[in-house]
Amino acid sequence: MKIAPKILLIVYFLLSNFVYANDEPVVFQNRDLEERYYLLIEEVRCLVCQNQSLADSNAPLAQDLRNEIFKMIQINKSNTEIMEFLVKRYGDFVLYRPPLKKNTWLLWFGPFLFLIVAFFVTVLIIKKQSGETQVNK
Amino acid sequence: MMRYLFPLVIFAGLTTLFIFGLQNDPRYVPSPLINKAAPEFTLPTLHKPDQNISINELKGKISLINVWASWCAACRIEHPLLNNYTKKYQLNLYGLNYKDKRSHALQWLENLGNPYIESAYDEIGTVGIDYGVYGVPETFILDKKGIIRYKHIGPIDDEQFSRIIMPLITKLKQDQYP
Repeated sequence: MKIAPKILLIVYFLLSNFVYANDEPVVFQNRDLEERYYLLIEEVRCLVCQNQSLADSNAPLAQDLRNEIFKMIQINKSNTEIMEFLVKRYGDFVLYRPPLKKNTWLLWFGPFLFLIVAFFVTVLIIKKQSGETQVNK
Repeated sequence: MMRYLFPLVIFAGLTTLFIFGLQNDPRYVPSPLINKAAPEFTLPTLHKPDQNISINELKGKISLINVWASWCAACRIEHPLLNNYTKKYQLNLYGLNYKDKRSHALQWLENLGNPYIESAYDEIGTVGIDYGVYGVPETFILDKKGIIRYKHIGPIDDEQFSRIIMPLITKLKQDQYP
């Protein structure tokens, strides 16, 4: 390898650093706050790219909201307060764990409902089949 | 008979469910701000950085807040329609210029026309967060008391304007609330 391509490569990697460093670095006073921050941004959905959390997303809105969460942690807001702040503005949709409410009842208990229905259908089929085999005898 | 009918009924049921499900727009997230007081703000205006505009200026009349930015492609589609509506109807349309460069935004209005009574300049997007903005353009309709009655996400088109927005404004003018 000649020297020119090597230099180009080095320049390329140096530049690519700038491309990805679009977030302000987050520095916390202690470990607890840092852990809370990373936990919270995993729990919140990004509204621009809906299948990503704030932690995953590179959307400008996700950056702003991460920043907002960071600031709230700095001024000693509790997790509940931070979540309330977000829900007040964007609705329950931002939460990856939807709260138990009247309109989320089906979401939470629907699977169990299906399980119960499936159970009775299975019992019915088994009963019917065992009846048939007895008749065949 | 029952044996064949049962799967058929389940199939038909699921199909209807999916057909209805597919018609929903997954990007549409209902706003929790509907029927709540519009969040307070005081921001510099786009045209005069040393002058402020606050939510109080919008109270006492039916007003619309359109969130826009010069970097937003869908806003470009919506813009001529807004020009048209404000010419045709008596609309109190305000702009919230969201995370934009002032010079770009001013150039945009210069080139495409300015349908807004005034645009507030939300440079870092904090007011946008208070209003739960996630997909520019967005349009809020406020009643006389400054309560948000409707939020439109994405560019408005003629059909939605005449079917939803204009009738709502007429209703609100007569002090009828949905």
